Amino acid sequence: MSSRRVMAVFRKQLKDTLKNKEVLIQFLMFPVLSVIMSNAMTVPDMPANFFVHMFATMYVGMAPLTCMSAVIAEEKEKNTLRVLMMSNVRGTEYLLGLGAYVLAVCMAGSFIFGLQGGYRGLELAGFMGIMFCGILTSTVIGGVIGIGSRNQMAATSVTVPVMMIFSFLPMIAMFNRPVALVSRWIYTQQINDLISKSAAGWQSFAVIAVNALAGITAFAVIYKKRGLLF
Amino acid sequence: MKSECIRVRNLFRGFNGKNVLDGIDLDVAGGEIFGLLGPSGAGKTTLIRILTGQLKADSGEALIWGKRSDKLEEADYRRIGAVMDAAGLYDRLSCYDNLLLFTRIYGLKPDRIAEALETVGLADAAKKPAGRLSKGMRQRLVLARAVLHEPDLLFLDEPTSGLDPKTAAAIWDLISRSQQKGAAVFLTTHNMEEAYRLCGHIALLDRGKIIEYGVPEEICRKYDSNHSISVLLKSGEQVIVPNMKASAGQIRSYFEAEQIVSIHSQEPDLENVFIQLTGRRLD
Repeated sequence: MSSRRVMAVFRKQLKDTLKNKEVLIQFLMFPVLSVIMSNAMTVPDMPANFFVHMFATMYVGMAPLTCMSAVIAEEKEKNTLRVLMMSNVRGTEYLLGLGAYVLAVCMAGSFIFGLQGGYRGLELAGFMGIMFCGILTSTVIGGVIGIGSRNQMAATSVTVPVMMIFSFLPMIAMFNRPVALVSRWIYTQQINDLISKSAAGWQSFAVIAVNALAGITAFAVIYKKRGLLF
Repeated sequence: MKSECIRVRNLFRGFNGKNVLDGIDLDVAGGEIFGLLGPSGAGKTTLIRILTGQLKADSGEALIWGKRSDKLEEADYRRIGAVMDAAGLYDRLSCYDNLLLFTRIYGLKPDRIAEALETVGLADAAKKPAGRLSKGMRQRLVLARAVLHEPDLLFLDEPTSGLDPKTAAAIWDLISRSQQKGAAVFLTTHNMEEAYRLCGHIALLDRGKIIEYGVPEEICRKYDSNHSISVLLKSGEQVIVPNMKASAGQIRSYFEAEQIVSIHSQEPDLENVFIQLTGRRLD
């Protein structure tokens, strides 16, 4: 394992994203929407930080997942990943570099949510910690889709429904009880509950951990079976 | 005596029950340009993928500097450069940034980038995104990336395929310069001129088997069944005479009359050798 190569992938990705509108918009859309909506709309009896919590949950379910899968699939399709492997960048180094980048950028986005939500000090740290758990889980799931797809089209066809389930189910669950019964088993619902403090406790973290473990297991199985370049 | 760089013995690789490589034997010495010629689907890229450790052989031996190609380590890859059939460039990144990534991967100083871009004639396009380059410029950028770390062994898979003659000639020049610096080059091509001009040894590959192997000129001579000489006269007439003692008088008379524009032996080129051996064309 070479930290030099992990950093090389990280820095490449950072520069590439600034020129990749499709990925850049994923990182910026929800934090910006949260700022705009929070300042533009005031509804009587609306829970505090409603838009921050809603968009932060969507952000967790969407941004890391789509970015991770899209970048891996694009690298496969355009053969850049093969070139990296030929240059002795190992699969784990590549995935660590990319995963660290997605985590770092999404945490920066989470910081905007935190500031918009008025969190400061320990409260902000707690909010960031909860967001980290969700973003990490989404990054793993995005990695699963990315390594399991041959090209961008295949990745998109899987990413869109998965991302919609994780992003929108917690929002739909607010208005639909049967959906709420299902969504409590997914990590984004628990992230939503934790940041909005509607429910909190070890059960929430247990569900997130089970989701993350399921993602890591799927990742390990696919990676072992097919490798990064199948 | 030059050191052994690549050694392949009795190499087999199949896909879907069909042998794509069928008992390959070959050797490439250090500092040599070796050409693997064959039509599309002959198994050239599969062999490169095995030699670069991207693919495992079903059986047989593929050694790079005496090490199994599927067991190459970081230090070995540091000595290898490759240009594969698909470019693998980051289209949104500039030429400079494409190379910067690899200087970081290899732990090189960024100064190497300007030098490499200068070498391939892309110094003026350093800030241009790779996606906006012409096909020839992209190929030159790929070659710059492959030689950035000054490898001891270069794998070039059809490096001039689809390029105009001027760009192809520039790439041949680059390949020759790499060889002059001591690199061994493993080149796959179906361009006869490329193989003839560059390669010290070639192998003709057909349906996974090497059907001929040796020095290009010697192979052409070996399959010269005509044994004739072509003489172009100033009158525009082309005279073909048998390559034997009895023709000496006739050729001397042309010399004495100062009628000769050019005189050539009539051995077949590599394309015709391939056709003689397989009944099919190379491309």
